Amino acid sequence: MMDTYSLMRLFADSWVLLAMFFFFLGVVFWAFRPGSRAVHDDTASIPFRHEDKPAGDRD
Amino acid sequence: MWDYLKLVVFGLIAVLAAIAASYARDLAYGVHAILVTLIATGLFVYSLKKVGEPKVVETGYMDGPIRVGVALTAFWGAVGFLVGTFIAFQLAFPQLNFGWAEGYLNFGRLRPLHTSAVIFAFGGTALITSSFYIVQRTSGARLWGGNLAWFVFWGYQLFIVLAATGYLLGATQSKEYAEPEWYTDLWLTVVWVAYLLVFLGTLIKRKEPHIYVANWFYLSFIVTIAMLHVVNNLALPVSIFGSKSVQLFSGVQDAMTQWWYGHNAVGFFLTAGFLGMMYYFVPKQAERPVFSYKLSIIHFWALIFLYIWAGPHHLHYTALPDWAGTLGMVFSVILWMPSWGGMINGLMTLSGAWDKLRTDPIIRMMVVSIGFYGMSTFEGPMMSIRAVNALSHYTDWTIGHVHSGALGWNGMITFGALYFLTPRLWNRTGLYSLRLVSWHFWLATIGIVLYASSMWVTGILEGLMWREVDAQGFLVNSFADTVSAKFPMYVVRGLGGVLFLSGALIMCYNLLMTVLRAPAQEAEAPAAAPAE
Repeated sequence: MMDTYSLMRLFADSWVLLAMFFFFLGVVFWAFRPGSRAVHDDTASIPFRHEDKPAGDRD
Repeated sequence: MWDYLKLVVFGLIAVLAAIAASYARDLAYGVHAILVTLIATGLFVYSLKKVGEPKVVETGYMDGPIRVGVALTAFWGAVGFLVGTFIAFQLAFPQLNFGWAEGYLNFGRLRPLHTSAVIFAFGGTALITSSFYIVQRTSGARLWGGNLAWFVFWGYQLFIVLAATGYLLGATQSKEYAEPEWYTDLWLTVVWVAYLLVFLGTLIKRKEPHIYVANWFYLSFIVTIAMLHVVNNLALPVSIFGSKSVQLFSGVQDAMTQWWYGHNAVGFFLTAGFLGMMYYFVPKQAERPVFSYKLSIIHFWALIFLYIWAGPHHLHYTALPDWAGTLGMVFSVILWMPSWGGMINGLMTLSGAWDKLRTDPIIRMMVVSIGFYGMSTFEGPMMSIRAVNALSHYTDWTIGHVHSGALGWNGMITFGALYFLTPRLWNRTGLYSLRLVSWHFWLATIGIVLYASSMWVTGILEGLMWREVDAQGFLVNSFADTVSAKFPMYVVRGLGGVLFLSGALIMCYNLLMTVLRAPAQEAEAPAAAPAE
């Protein structure tokens, strides 16, 4: 029976490391997926909407 | 019902704090207990007066806390820079550690006051204020939780006051950037959870389908600081009526936890949070969207994944195992990539609008700020390399590095944000004076340059003198030799501080006059179509 430290260490430098690395790669690929440009352009222009009042509020 | 419950809570707190004050075992605890009694009594009377008043349902953005926040950010900035300049001169001229103030205003007591005043009071208030502004505008929704936002705001200010007075009166657990004692830490935890709720609540009721990238950075800042704060401050109070506590970790585990906290305070408080500011205010001021939204997503995830491992580089050549130091060093060096990616993203947002640099001193401030972000994130990884660290560690080089990041990056982007926010929040057509902004810009920039370059010189000088050995292998210099050799550089550093401080005072004057004197923005005139 391994002590907790060594067990955690074993997970940390094998499967968890791999999982985190692939998650990160996934994020990068997701950002560059085809068709993302329109979404990103729309999201990037959010600061230029709703400057003075919440969406849907009338004055 | 809620009105009466509030009365009971405030009354109970006042009574309990008064009892605690009478049993207090030390000065700091006593003063804090009396302070809490007074505040709770005041709130009790205030709520008593308001009982039964009809509730008004408010719509629109909740800008009350943001207005107070802008004023307090400027105020805390001036206080923090003033204390910093004073302690810089205390190092150059030890006579400034006055005999009559020994134990209260000497360097050892004032230094944590300075670091906390600039990081947590100035920086923290700026972060809370700007996050409340940005999350509402980018979600198209009013802040969630009603008066909870006010609780977060004033609760955080109470934390600052407890921390700052505690340092002067001797309540400290001696952890860098985490000096406040156990009850102050517990209070901050409560406030921080409320902050997370307000922020998440607003995001959840957003009207935009996507969460703008600035909010990602703010959210990571809030969540990570909560985790760091709780773990690093695990301690057992000696008595419930005293400020002293005992750390649960000891030895190298304590050191590692401390610098895991300390470096991520830099990474998530002073970097991620302020990047949230950058990703909103730079596009707004430049009037064009961020250069690459894809790059901002990768910037975010890379920063989050890498920063958390960089802490051990603070503990090279200590009892910490070498592998841990190497891990911290490697991750610090990899951090170059996302940091510079972010810098390029911020700077290139201006592409096509570079002419604004000539006409708009606010955008100039933001650009210099991003420049300093790039420079200090280049310098930091370099200093984390073991061989470089052997020269730089424990010297003034570290202090110079921290200040080029804090004054240059955090300070300048916050000044830019304050100049951006003030006319909008008080409904003015513009700032009182752009000339004064230019004065502030140049005073601050020259101040930083004096600070950073004098610290490079004295840091490297110190490092070389410490390691110098003669032919027999004996050390050549005593510690006092290095101290006297550094004197001129300490004076230059102090002068840099004076310049930076006077710039900040000019800003305070300018912002005040904007609120008092600048012409008010007229209600939107019916748009007249220009003849074409």
